[in-house]
Amino acid sequence: MGETSNECILSIKNLKTHFFSREGVAKAVDGVSFKLFPGEILGIVGESGCGKSVTAQSIMQLVPEPPGKIVGGEILFHNRDLLTLPPQEIRRIRGAGIAMIFQEPMTSLNPVFTIGNQISEMFRLHKGFGKKQALAAAIEMLDRVQIPSPDKRVHEYPHQLSGGMRQRAMIAMAMSCDPEILIADEPTTALDVTVQAQVLDLMLRLKQDFSTAIQLITHDLGVIAEMADRVVVMYAGQVVEQASTIELFKQTLHPYTLGLLNSIPVLGSRAAGNAGELTEIKGMIPSLYNLPHGCKFSNRCPDRMNICEREEPQLTRAGENHRVRCWLHTKT
Amino acid sequence: MKPLLKIDNLKVHFPIKKGLLSKIVGYVHAVDGISFELMPGETLGIVGESGCGKTTAGMAAMHLTPPTQGNVFWKGKDLGAMSPAQLRSLRGEMQLIFQDPYSSLNPRMTIGQILSDPMDIHNRYTGSKRAERLDFLMETVGLSPGLTHRYPHEFSGGQRQRIGIARALALDPSLIIGDEPVSALDVSIQAQIINLLIKLKNEFNLSLIIISHDLAVVEYICDRILVMYLGKIIETADYASLYKDPKHPYTKTLLSAIPVPDPLRKRNRIILEGDVPSPINPPTGCRFHTRCPDRMDICEREEPKMKGFGANHAAACHLYETV
Repeated sequence: MGETSNECILSIKNLKTHFFSREGVAKAVDGVSFKLFPGEILGIVGESGCGKSVTAQSIMQLVPEPPGKIVGGEILFHNRDLLTLPPQEIRRIRGAGIAMIFQEPMTSLNPVFTIGNQISEMFRLHKGFGKKQALAAAIEMLDRVQIPSPDKRVHEYPHQLSGGMRQRAMIAMAMSCDPEILIADEPTTALDVTVQAQVLDLMLRLKQDFSTAIQLITHDLGVIAEMADRVVVMYAGQVVEQASTIELFKQTLHPYTLGLLNSIPVLGSRAAGNAGELTEIKGMIPSLYNLPHGCKFSNRCPDRMNICEREEPQLTRAGENHRVRCWLHTKT
Repeated sequence: MKPLLKIDNLKVHFPIKKGLLSKIVGYVHAVDGISFELMPGETLGIVGESGCGKTTAGMAAMHLTPPTQGNVFWKGKDLGAMSPAQLRSLRGEMQLIFQDPYSSLNPRMTIGQILSDPMDIHNRYTGSKRAERLDFLMETVGLSPGLTHRYPHEFSGGQRQRIGIARALALDPSLIIGDEPVSALDVSIQAQIINLLIKLKNEFNLSLIIISHDLAVVEYICDRILVMYLGKIIETADYASLYKDPKHPYTKTLLSAIPVPDPLRKRNRIILEGDVPSPINPPTGCRFHTRCPDRMDICEREEPKMKGFGANHAAACHLYETV
């Protein structure tokens, strides 16, 4: 392969996270592999239920167990498999090595503690700072994420902040121990567009300042196009396509990726007179308990062939850094 | 042609009550003096960020939220002068589609009952015609007619939104107001619902008001667009001129802030400072002046008036008033 494996900081190999319930086994993540390189933004895109969030939770080992369980695969962080490490080790890596921010900042901040308290906890636990020193560090972090008058805001509770400000506070907390990897799970989905622009801008700036690698999970292809260097497209628990951002948008291979791109209205294209009809992807996202045989997308695919319903395609190489899971692009 | 709906200087203020005696301590200026017209067969988009009053404007247009001030005229008749019974019978002509297809359908009613409800209330399609009507509605929105005995939880989000649309169509309305009709849906399902709305509009010659924060969706569906900020309309234009030649700095910012799914497109993103101010104490003068990149002295003092740019384009901004 073109990529040298020793320079990547995070390598996920054949990860399988399944959920066990009375209805059966839901294979939320079913054999996902990808790598994350230093300083890059890797976009993970897919619709609800495709396994993009569960993949992130598996990396952080935050999958609720039961019903969930990581049943296979490896998560290599600097060549150490996180799945074999004891809980104390994981706790040290969480926050200091890999940090995470979530979609809804109101539910991920603790409502009964001030944001200063919550951010300085990071410094006290991971860096052994004293109370005063930690608070000063928290104020500095709030300043770095451009919260106005941070010395006052540090004593406020989450409900006193606006949505955009709360997400900044979350980012401040995540970045406080200078992590190598930031996992951002739909970080701007709950925000208004002008506030989303502010937060995306902030993330780009922090990436440059701290040279953090960002794994950006989103359903918004617009956000992917603006932010990501490389993209992984997921469908029904699997990676269906993986490429550099420009290649993914300009030389799309998988019918699902193509379907996604053709189903969103592009701003300004009707006004410019070149909006065709929106092509819809037929049918609906299949239930994880009742996935189609062969290719998981076969029941909705416009290019379905006989083999697609019988046999599952593998993720195969289709270019320098381009991989696709589709029989159309697999030489048999 | 006469307008189907005419809104004249509409204001909706919600009182803020506090204390034991529920003393009124202030007002949320949700909608603060908006005027617009809707022609038959027209599709109008109302866009803006959360708290700009777009949903309240839609509700007040149907008198579902009573306006504090101002008038709504439906085919020339003033809704404010009507009795509740008259209003109710009129509402058959104007129907709503909601954002969340999960909470807008009663989980204890079958699809057949949900679709029958409006027809029962308005005494339409009774007796033997009912079954035929239900089949027709289901087919119109792309669902199999055999499913009317099922309950909402047996359907996916996209299918539920189709049921919501079928319910809105039940009384042959002339206007449908969609409040964020596709925001809660997955991307691949969104396109299905957008295409369905466009098809129905043409088939039944409907007028549509689409309320949304998503400018790309609104551009795709609507003929004319209103941009709202803190309870005011700040710009109105047909879709082409709004996107090609936005006038108001807020519209420009909004358009530049939307991520476009094309990695090669050049971006010139305008990043605003701060958040939307509270509608309880909206800023004086121009409401956008606290965040505006082109702010002038006059903006703090005086409220700008709507100024026309050709037949179908108007914006309220002092930049265009100075001689």
